[in-house]
Amino acid sequence: MIDTSTVATHPLFGRLTLESFPYHEPIVVATFVAVVLGGIALVAALSYFRLWGYLWKEWFTTVDHKRIGIMYMVLGLIMLLRGFADAIMMRLQQAIAFGGSEGYLNAHHYDQIFTAHGVIMIFFVAMPFVTGLMNYVVPLQIGARDVSFPFLNNFSFWMTVGGAVLIMVSLFVGEFARTGWLAYPPLSNIAYSPETGVDYYIWALQIAGVGTTLSGINLICTIVKMRAPGMTMMKMPVFTWTSLCTNVLIVASFPILTATLVLLSLDRYVGTNFFTNDLGGSPMMYVNLIWIWGHPEVYILILPVFGIFSEVTSTFSGKKLFGYTSMVYATVVITILSYLVWLHHFFTMGSGASVNSFFGITTMIISIPTGAKIFNWLFTMYRGRIRFELPMMWTVAFMLTFVVGGMTGVLLAVPPADFVLHNSLFLIAHFHNVIIGGVLFGLFAGIYYWWPKAFGFRLDPFWGKVSFWCWVVGFWVAFMPLYVLGLMGVTRRLRVFEDPSLQIWFQIAAVGAVLIAAGIGAFLLQIAVSVWKRRELVDRTGDPWDGRTLEWATSSPPPDYNFAFTPMIHDNDAWWDMKKRGYKRPLGGYKAIHMPSNSGTGVILAGISVVLGFALVWYIWWLAAVSFVALLAAAIHHTFNYHRDFHIPADVVVRTENERTRLLSGQV
Amino acid sequence: MSITLTAERSRTQQAPVFHVVEEHAHPEGSSTMLGFWIYLMSDCLIFAVLFATYGVLGGNYAAGPSPKDLFDLPLVALNTAMLLFSSITYGFAMLAMEKGRVSQTQLWLAVTGLFGAAFLAIELYEFAHLIHIGATPQRSAFLSSFFTLVGTHGLHVTFGLVWLVTLMVQVNKRGLIPANRRRLMCLSLFWHFLDVIWIGVFTFVYLMGMLR
Amino acid sequence: MTPHAEHHAGHHGADHHGHGEHEGAHGTLGSYLIGFVLSVILTVIPFWLVMDGTILDKNMTALAIMALAAVQVVVHMIFFLHMNGRAEGGWTMLSLIFTIIVVVIMLAGSLWVMYHLNTNMMPIHDPSQLP
Repeated sequence: MIDTSTVATHPLFGRLTLESFPYHEPIVVATFVAVVLGGIALVAALSYFRLWGYLWKEWFTTVDHKRIGIMYMVLGLIMLLRGFADAIMMRLQQAIAFGGSEGYLNAHHYDQIFTAHGVIMIFFVAMPFVTGLMNYVVPLQIGARDVSFPFLNNFSFWMTVGGAVLIMVSLFVGEFARTGWLAYPPLSNIAYSPETGVDYYIWALQIAGVGTTLSGINLICTIVKMRAPGMTMMKMPVFTWTSLCTNVLIVASFPILTATLVLLSLDRYVGTNFFTNDLGGSPMMYVNLIWIWGHPEVYILILPVFGIFSEVTSTFSGKKLFGYTSMVYATVVITILSYLVWLHHFFTMGSGASVNSFFGITTMIISIPTGAKIFNWLFTMYRGRIRFELPMMWTVAFMLTFVVGGMTGVLLAVPPADFVLHNSLFLIAHFHNVIIGGVLFGLFAGIYYWWPKAFGFRLDPFWGKVSFWCWVVGFWVAFMPLYVLGLMGVTRRLRVFEDPSLQIWFQIAAVGAVLIAAGIGAFLLQIAVSVWKRRELVDRTGDPWDGRTLEWATSSPPPDYNFAFTPMIHDNDAWWDMKKRGYKRPLGGYKAIHMPSNSGTGVILAGISVVLGFALVWYIWWLAAVSFVALLAAAIHHTFNYHRDFHIPADVVVRTENERTRLLSGQV
Repeated sequence: MSITLTAERSRTQQAPVFHVVEEHAHPEGSSTMLGFWIYLMSDCLIFAVLFATYGVLGGNYAAGPSPKDLFDLPLVALNTAMLLFSSITYGFAMLAMEKGRVSQTQLWLAVTGLFGAAFLAIELYEFAHLIHIGATPQRSAFLSSFFTLVGTHGLHVTFGLVWLVTLMVQVNKRGLIPANRRRLMCLSLFWHFLDVIWIGVFTFVYLMGMLR
Repeated sequence: MTPHAEHHAGHHGADHHGHGEHEGAHGTLGSYLIGFVLSVILTVIPFWLVMDGTILDKNMTALAIMALAAVQVVVHMIFFLHMNGRAEGGWTMLSLIFTIIVVVIMLAGSLWVMYHLNTNMMPIHDPSQLP
């Protein structure tokens, strides 16, 4: 079936040859050496401290939503470093490639970098961060002990890791796509991209996509079925509400991505004509389909972050959230409207005036509920006793930054304006303005807010403030020049420039990127310093911010079972209500608690999936067949295991709760 | 419902109740049916993409064969009959399961599997025939989207058969325990869901194709 | 769900433990048979309309078979998939409605967008004009 006439495939190694390893690219080789040395050091350290068994038993195979949440965050952070390395390389290249200079990156490498940057930042930084926070926080906020399908949760995480691994492999074996982050055909078709790049792209996203979709189903069920008694839909915390809508969007949009990529891979592997230029294919159909996924994806990232801002604003203003009901309705309206705007990503395609005006208008409409949210947060702060802790600082920075990004978005929603600005750096500045100024700032707010809950100590405020100012100032310095350049007509993804008068703007942007690098550095330093000073920063109460929702009713970090007794909810701000009405923590009567047991199957299935993906990328058909059968066999084998739970004995619960009692009394 | 009532009542009492003393466990598998239904909804969207693609590209014959040249409606009708029969027999299996009759359940599951296999055999025959006469998936965008849409449905049926056999083995080993009943109910949803998709396929692909 | 089936489900409700079991998810022999007969009728009519080809004109046939398909989908939903507004606290119905909305948006939107694109950008794409 495969058109092997153009590509020589070896029966054993497929199209993998020695030439596939980019040893002639010094930058890649240096990175490879650094990764190998770092990897060896890590493996040696883990072996020396005998941590493998601990990691496997307590983390890799865990079904505890809290640990899985933390692992998602770690994945997001690691991939952030990779994605940011790509970003700063691009900024450097564009700052120096003037006046006949080719810069330091060749076109082959540069094109991979901007593709990898986009793919990694969206799929393997923003998504894991968002999923991680939802995983960690949602069950705690609704008074549950775990998610609906704990094993599935573990499996989902490892599939996401699998996708990330495949992308990292592409750095050193073969190449990554050179097509831009959405791999538009006909460029991504086999005729124009015969190498492995697009195949890595497809299989990495397909493997991670399975994880994302399943985790979406899991969290929907958790929110629908596992809420503590008394928590009606309209008593759910706002973060839980936005998580619900996000997961609905995930489940209702990721299958579209999956199917679209399947069609692209059929074009590439089987020679069908969906998106080709021949025999009736239509490349624009791909663009149409991928944006039906792509636009909801934008809201998948931003909605949970809106939830974080709601929690943070209300907590640090010491007030109930202003306009809870309108917040919920705004979220639901955004969820539905996000399916009606996709065409604004390709106004210039040529669908004509009627189509463009419809989608232009829906795009402007969707900014209304978003604006309503901003006003809700402002009114929550109004007359509140605001504490400018780090989460609140990020929230205020978000409100200032995001509004600008939103306004430029409305500009781009006007089709005639878009005809001028399409594919320009103005667009790049716009979406970084909403993704960094919205999603990333929100994630930082969330990380600072829930860190003490997860680890039992706060993050050091000094280094946090350093990181904050570097990030915020860095963002503005890095992206405002791009608005200017975009208005002057500079298009995206360029490697070298002719006009020397533009150079200053790129140099300013590069300075901004360096500032952001300092912000990331300060953040990492802050984690290290905080771990070092964890006794000073310790949180014994479990409620360091005087919180309002249920997660603050537990100890920091919460016990495996979250709640010794299932809480009963009477108010939106359940924990606030409990504190106000003289809640006494029960000191006895503990019972054994039913919990799911750990399983290594998730790791195994994801591992086999990576092998399958690698085999398909390199046309190693025997390996693909073997790993596919193995995947099926392992999955079926797993279903024969009926013993998936155990009880935490009552005396363990008693011991854990007594320890908490001791901590709490020591505090008073 | 009763839970909400308890909470409401406690609000009116002097000392509010903030936790449940009696262990209120979410029984194992209580989310399974909802979760599986949501999975089916997501699967539905995969088919929606394929239908949309067929809708947009299905008329692009590229000077190649059109539905009228290719489709054999009596064969499709036979295929549809197989799927409908398999649906009612799966229904009988579910009825037997509710009565707790293991061997009767197994029998009807086996019959369902045979109808499913017959469906697949007919579909494979159709595909083989089309490819033989040169109407391959590579020939035109119409054929690409036709093979992909119908083939994806067929792949789902294949997966359903693998699952059916697995479940028969599990019922054989452990009987109709609650976990197995739940699994049979999930497969029931899956099987009938494929029926619904097939209604779309025979209507929009085959019948409408003949009308083009 | 027919009242008969509901009664049946209620009858068996006793051996369901906990809240949240899939209430009323079972059919009866009668309901399965009704569903089967209806779906056979709803399948035979469109095939007959198209295979005979002389009963209605093309557009009417197309409309008729689409309407019949829609009815048959509903029949399958009720009698085989046991959909109703009460199972799982209405969440299955809600998710179904949401999915239908998204599917309709996607199908109608793609056809609309791509049709306009084709008429604007590729006027020769009408197959009858191809060589």
